[in-house]
Amino acid sequence: MTPEVLAALEAAKAAKRPVALLTRLSDGAQHLWPDTEVAPPLAEAAAKALAEDAAANLTLDGQAWFIHPHNPALRLIVVGAVHIAQALVPMALAAGYAVTVVDPRRAWATAERFPGITLIHEWTDDAVAALAPDARTAVVTLTHDPKLDDPALEAALTSDCFYIGALGSRRTHAKRVARLTEAGHSAEAIARIHAPVGLNIEAVTAPEIALSILAEVVATRRGAALARRPALAA
Amino acid sequence: MSDSEDVLATAAAWRAAGEPVAIATVVETWGSSPRPAGSRLAVSASGRLAGSVSGGCIEGAVADAAKQTMTSGTPQLLDFGISDERAWEVGLACGGKLKVFVEKLS
Repeated sequence: MTPEVLAALEAAKAAKRPVALLTRLSDGAQHLWPDTEVAPPLAEAAAKALAEDAAANLTLDGQAWFIHPHNPALRLIVVGAVHIAQALVPMALAAGYAVTVVDPRRAWATAERFPGITLIHEWTDDAVAALAPDARTAVVTLTHDPKLDDPALEAALTSDCFYIGALGSRRTHAKRVARLTEAGHSAEAIARIHAPVGLNIEAVTAPEIALSILAEVVATRRGAALARRPALAA
Repeated sequence: MSDSEDVLATAAAWRAAGEPVAIATVVETWGSSPRPAGSRLAVSASGRLAGSVSGGCIEGAVADAAKQTMTSGTPQLLDFGISDERAWEVGLACGGKLKVFVEKLS
């Protein structure tokens, strides 16, 4: 790998821009797509590898190529700068997620409680909408306060985010479902919300709950059967 | 694949500090391989390792190849599998097969 290719990979990462590294295995020649124009079959394979976030192999004119996607980090938006968030944030960082914490309550969302983390103090619907959750984003609400959680959930429901989770008991969630239904969200949309949040590992402490949430985010991302749960019989 | 990108950043830092570095990348797997295609292992001339290309079974053999590539500058495509005696010796006991591409970070 040349210094130029390495620098271009690092620049793409810093700019959160998806690129695919194409390596000819016979001699190690490399191109970065889409920065460099390549033969159409290679470009096609590169686009597919990025879309599927999976490496691929291609033989073109008798030459073997390795197609290596480099997508921007998955994102996690945590609404509520609470105790569970303090446990969840470092775990999510370790799992490779880019994390943002949203909480208009400045006493909670402090740099001391979340060192080095991007903190947003806007109202939660504006904040989540501005972050523009996409298919590589998970949104988790943890405030346990409908005034803060509901607007964030409403913003998340209008996005393509791959995971929405909301802290709160079954009873709390049943009331939430009623409010969101009243606000005009379909049952199908509301069913996107994982609640009570997290895989059922009988978690008790804040770090255990954080672990169950992160496990459910990963399970959803990877399409694990564990992440599918029957609709809540409220 | 942020974990493999962190390996690249570590490799770049070693290289910037003046150490020869080679990068190994899993390019193809068959059967039950612990690390998917795209997983990276960086190896420095002094023997530092970052990342992984297996569950630890073949890293030693890959590091040896990496040191050759650091010296020669010539990339290598390594095959590991249960039908391969060398892989069996280095202990790819999980029953998987994989190909690893090794290149110098110039």
